Amino acid sequence: MSAVEVGSTPRTRILSTRFLRSELRLIFLRRRNIAGMGVLAAVPVLIAVAVRLSSPGRDSGGPDFFSSITENGLFVSLAALTLELGLFLPLAVAAISGDSIAGEANIGTLRYLLTVPVARARLLGVKYAAIVVFAFAATLTVSLTGMLMGLLLFGGGDMTLLSGSQIGFADGLVRVLGATAYLSLCFASLGAVGLFISSLTEQPIGATIAIVIFSTASFILDSIPQVSWLHPFLITHHWLAFGDLFRAPVAWGDMTVGLYVAGAYVAVFWLAAWARFAAKDVTS
Amino acid sequence: MTAAAVTTDGLTKRFGRQVAVDAIDLLVPSGAVYGFLGPNGSGKTTTIRMLLGLVTPSAGTVRLLDRPMPRGAGDVLPRVGALVEGPAFHPYLSGRANLARLDDADRTSDPRTSRARVDAALDRVGLLAAATKRYRAYSLGMRQRLAIGSCLLRPRDLLVLDEPTNGLDPQGTREVRSLVASLADGGTTVLVSSHLLSEVEQMCSHVGVMHVGRLLVQGTVAEVRSGTEAQATVETEQPQVAARIMRELGLRDVRTTHASAVGLLGDIAPEKIVAACVYQGVPVTGFRVDTPSLEDVFVTLTGEGFDVSG
Repeated sequence: MSAVEVGSTPRTRILSTRFLRSELRLIFLRRRNIAGMGVLAAVPVLIAVAVRLSSPGRDSGGPDFFSSITENGLFVSLAALTLELGLFLPLAVAAISGDSIAGEANIGTLRYLLTVPVARARLLGVKYAAIVVFAFAATLTVSLTGMLMGLLLFGGGDMTLLSGSQIGFADGLVRVLGATAYLSLCFASLGAVGLFISSLTEQPIGATIAIVIFSTASFILDSIPQVSWLHPFLITHHWLAFGDLFRAPVAWGDMTVGLYVAGAYVAVFWLAAWARFAAKDVTS
Repeated sequence: MTAAAVTTDGLTKRFGRQVAVDAIDLLVPSGAVYGFLGPNGSGKTTTIRMLLGLVTPSAGTVRLLDRPMPRGAGDVLPRVGALVEGPAFHPYLSGRANLARLDDADRTSDPRTSRARVDAALDRVGLLAAATKRYRAYSLGMRQRLAIGSCLLRPRDLLVLDEPTNGLDPQGTREVRSLVASLADGGTTVLVSSHLLSEVEQMCSHVGVMHVGRLLVQGTVAEVRSGTEAQATVETEQPQVAARIMRELGLRDVRTTHASAVGLLGDIAPEKIVAACVYQGVPVTGFRVDTPSLEDVFVTLTGEGFDVSG
């Protein structure tokens, strides 16, 4: 018998979620990430409690959704999402996506994954799929905690939209979930940028910082009127468009453009990550 | 007749202007235990990274188990267990969870037998008792064992073990040697690299010696050693006289110290030396014949000690 025949010819499973599930366990069971989720969830709790304790009727001058919280608890979700989309949620996505390749390279496990073997395209695919799942989980954490706290402290019922018209509770709930999904997709596009940056380095913290700088720079540019020609192309420009879901009738225009922009960022940075990673010498 | 387990043709890697690996033609026959030797920095690990498709060669080709690399990686690598440049695992996962993760990443492994195979691998490297301990709490020796264990998650045709005894105590080193021997007995080809020549000398059937990026020599251990002669040492109070006798017998390069005479044996029968010395009244207090170690071979080939390559 020849030595070459010792191992039976391996059978390849085309559709297997084992590696993705392993990846998700790694992300969601890691203490650092659990703590991060806790911070994300703390914001809507803080908002709900603060509004509850403050004397009614006084306008805080905060974001639009704040003044409506006492009318309907669902607005706690929207207020929390609005507050967190500036830093906390992008930071969470940056931490996970920055860690995706650079984290494995940093501790040396990247070379062992590649020799398992995990094909490089598959590795990028699974890593990105996990980032997308995390983006949804993080955004949902904020919005579900907001709903829970809001309904507990302020109750539900019909929702009075910003324009003054009323919709039923179920309709309102669906719209809050719709806003959550829209923002999740926006953060998923930031995750594609993160995947690319993560493939450039062996320092996960450095990658995370670079991704936060990227999203923050985008917010800053978005607030400078002199470069308004650039605004439609910025990754963060359409993030606040989720508020259009709470008009009557719903204004889809900005959100549709926002999804196109997100899709374009995903395509461009995914290709960049692939171009960078496909033939890269792994010497970590 | 099976093809060689590993062949490379003019394999070269340049990092900028530095040539890390310089046109090497590696040949690891099927079923061999091939000692891939060389000082630290001689290009062993870079070569191994190229074999496994982690690093793209600047020139030359690699065939692993008769398939071209890196193109055939998906078919070939499941049959190859690899330990590259020391262990690397997730520090906050247990040893068992780390191996399970690698098994999960393998599209060709059977999920139903995963748990059993992970535990069997842990058992084989003596880590079953520490299976639930976090990797960060493992000692260096345990980490090294876990890395070897990860190569044993399934039957392999080829094991590539880069410095497998690093960080192991003498007992651990012996265990690795016997593990390699038992795997080789089962038909697995083993390529084991080391910067400690004496350590792998005892377990290898073949060796290749690297020096500053070049493969100086390769072949069976006997072939490689044949380039260097055995030397005879006579311990005596009269080394000068003993040296004269040895020269007369035909030994070459005879030199003396204050209490011994040493010379290259060549074809001369060693027993003649003692007899001749005693016959001429030289009191012999000790006599030995040293077959050359691979380290001697290396020194002969390079003219320098077995230190870090520049």
